[in-house]
This record gives sequence, C-alpha cells and structure tokens, in this order.
Amino acid sequence: MPSVEMTRHLYQFFPALENRTIRVPAGSVAEILRTINEIAPGFTDYVLDERGALRRHVNVCINDTIVIDRKTLSDHVPDEGVVYIFQALSGG
Amino acid sequence: MSDMILLGTRKGTVIFDRTNSTWQPRAIEHAGIPVCYAARDPRDGTLWASLDHGHWGPKLSRSRDGGATWQDVLSLKYPEGARFIVKVLPTPDFDPLAPAGQPEYAHATVYKIWTIVFGTEEQPGRLYAGTIPGGLFVSDDGGDSWELNRPLWNHESRGGDLFAGDATSENRWFGTPASIDYGVFEPGIHSIVIDPRNPDHLYVAVSSAGVIESTDGGRTWVGRNRGMLNDYMPNPEAEWGHDPHFVVECAAQPDHLWQQNHCGVFYSDDGAANWRKVSLPEAGVHFGFPIAVDAQDGRTAWVVPAQADMARMAINGGLCVARTTDGGQSWQSFRNGLPQAHAYDIVLRHGLDVAGDCLCFGSTSGNVYLSEDRGETWQCLGNNFPPVYSVRFG
Repeated sequence: MPSVEMTRHLYQFFPALENRTIRVPAGSVAEILRTINEIAPGFTDYVLDERGALRRHVNVCINDTIVIDRKTLSDHVPDEGVVYIFQALSGG
Repeated sequence: MSDMILLGTRKGTVIFDRTNSTWQPRAIEHAGIPVCYAARDPRDGTLWASLDHGHWGPKLSRSRDGGATWQDVLSLKYPEGARFIVKVLPTPDFDPLAPAGQPEYAHATVYKIWTIVFGTEEQPGRLYAGTIPGGLFVSDDGGDSWELNRPLWNHESRGGDLFAGDATSENRWFGTPASIDYGVFEPGIHSIVIDPRNPDHLYVAVSSAGVIESTDGGRTWVGRNRGMLNDYMPNPEAEWGHDPHFVVECAAQPDHLWQQNHCGVFYSDDGAANWRKVSLPEAGVHFGFPIAVDAQDGRTAWVVPAQADMARMAINGGLCVARTTDGGQSWQSFRNGLPQAHAYDIVLRHGLDVAGDCLCFGSTSGNVYLSEDRGETWQCLGNNFPPVYSVRFG
C-alpha cells in the first residue's frame, strides 16, 4: 500500500496524523486525500479548495515527481508509491 | 462601555481586555496565521476570526468560550456551479472604452473572507460574510452552515445568472487590488451594513463596484452610487467601478451613511440615495481607508487621513485622526498622543472602530492607539504588534 508523508505544519491542525505511518489503498491522489480526510476530518479543506483543486501554495509529489493534474488530482499512486504533501510560500 | 478589543493581525488574533481601566493584551491566538478580521458577536459573545492562511486557504475560526478555545468553521464555500466572469488587471494599453471581448468564466472558490457582520437581535443566529471574489454569504444558524446570496451573485451588473448559462449582460464589477495576493483580480465585499430599524434593509460595499442596497432581505439589489465621483475612470460619474474602501451607518440615524472612498470621503443623509463628497484636502482629509461614525449622531464621523493613493502613509510623518461633527462641512484634526515625526503608518479599512466615546486604531506598522475622549487625545497600547488588519471593540 502507498504511504503518505506531509509537512509537519499540518500536524498542528490535525494531530491525529502525527507520529504514525499513514498507509492508504493505491488509487488516484484524490482518492488518497479522501482517505486521509476520513482519518482527520477537515483535512481536504486545508489542501484543496471547494472545487477539489490543489490550493495554490500546496504541492503533492508521488515519489519524486510533482503531480501533473492539480485540478482533479487524477494522477495514479502505485502500490509502493510515497505521496508527499508540502507547501511553498514566500515572504514574512 | 466595551471591555474588549480584538485585533486581526498578520500573525494572529490579539485580544485586549480592560481591567481596572487598563487595557492589557492577552497572548496571541492563531499564532503565525494571518487574521484579516476578528470581531465579537454582541448577541451571544461568540468570537470570530477570519484566518487567511497563506497555504491552507481561508477559514473561519470561532470561540464560544471567550477565546479560551477556537474551532474551525469549514462550511463557507461556493456552491457547485457558482461562476464569475474573470477580470484581469488593466495593462498600460488597456482601453476602457473598447468593446468587450468574449467573457472568460471561472468557477468560484473563496480567496478571502474579508468581513463578518452580525445580524440584529430579531434574527438570532444570522451572520453575514463578505468574500473575495465578491460573494455575500448568509448564515442563520450561528455559522454552522452558510449560503451564497444568489441575487447579488447573479446581479445583472455582473453578467446575470451564470449558474443558468453564459452571461446575459456585461460584468461591470472591477477587481480589487486586495485580490492580487491570491493571483487574481476580482472584486471583494468588505462592508455589510444592516439597518437596525429593519433587518431586511441591507447595504454592501464592493471594491471595485460601489454600494448596493437591498430592501427585501437580499432578494433584489440596486446600485446606490449617485453623487459618487470616480476620478480614476474615464467617466467619473459612471454607475459602477467605484472603490468604497469602507462604508458605515449611524445606528441611531440609519439614513446617515459614510464612506471613505479611494477618491475622497463621501456622506449621505438620505439612506445612500445621494452621496456627496465632503473631503477637505486642504485639511488633510481626502485619501484613506477606514471610517467610523458615531452611534447616536449621524453627522459625526472619524477618519485616519493618509497622504495619497500614490503615498499610502501618514501625512508629513505625523499621524492624526480627523473628526467632523457637522456632516463633513468642517474637519478637526487631533494629534495629541500620536507620533508627529517619522511616522509612516497606514490604517487599513477595518483598522478603526468606535464604541461610545472610545476609539481605537491599529496600523500596518504595528502601532495601536486608543482614545477615550472621542478622538481628541490618544494613548499608545503598543508599538510592536504585527501589521494590523482589523480593530473591533468587543
């Protein structure tokens, strides 16, 4: 099963995700985020907008490749893949 | 007399409590998160903060225990099918008189929840929120659920009902520069005014469209911009395209409305049917963002003047607050207790509030000042706060 790693910033809002290995069934990035949302309700509201697209300053990688489809998150995560969720924003 | 002040700041929510006549700030809430607006619902004491997460999108945060704990409110969202006609920033060769091209449509998502306004006592649980890209949201259950006001979203001045199909009229609303941070150039609702005599009588102010009134609880809306002068447009008297920075109404005399506009200070004493410019540039009163009106006397208002739109800072390095008591015919500037050298502060649209004889404002330089004598003398509540976006008495 794929595993999911994420910026520790998200743990302040979703402590249920901290200090555990997150393993989810293989599928699209959208499906994987929905599974995380079941563990931590509200999670998708943080990384996606209300149309289901990745927020502007959020990135998702499958292994070392940034996902192509930011709008519907259809990129497929293989069985042994690792999904990384991270953020990027400039300024203070 | 209010005993609480809430600041929305770039680094969180700062709450001051008054104890033994002294205002003391608590430890910051929402630490590290930009908070563009924070206020207390006077009906039940609920505290609200609009979080402007850079990464994680806009969120409302609510405290029902006076600020001890806060919960996310994630229900304010655009419904499926909510679209708008995309605006782009004018380029140097932009010709506003050229015929419009084919509109480009986008599906709406919330970029910013710019203000939260509480309903009257007759409508417990009623809340309003204004957003970028120009949505008015209404809740009747204390914020648990929100609904987009569709008549305003579908207004003919925005292209008509885009839920039903493509535009049936031209989009006359312009973007607000405040939206550029989100990579767009879309309008925003920052002022929502409820007539205390009749909760179905509402005004909203939109940057950059103008003031819009409803007298039937939000079922229909009419622009109320007669008398407004828009000196950055080819036609200064155009019906739309105005940039009210903030609009307020006198609680006891609700036909008296004020707006600090990009193009001056404007006043109406007939319920926004007619506006008149009451700026006095020679007295330093012209450009600025915030405005406050006395709760009893509709002719008394305060502004924090800034130099000009091209120089958004205190005038000649000295901060002042200007007050009129005669509907803008004359203005008096007060400087006692405010810095008069090397001050470069700007006070944003929600950064000034009045409660009885008390006024408070906060600047983007992190300075917060309080007056307890109707703006005539000031004391400093601190100089090292984060940039202040909003100041509201609780």
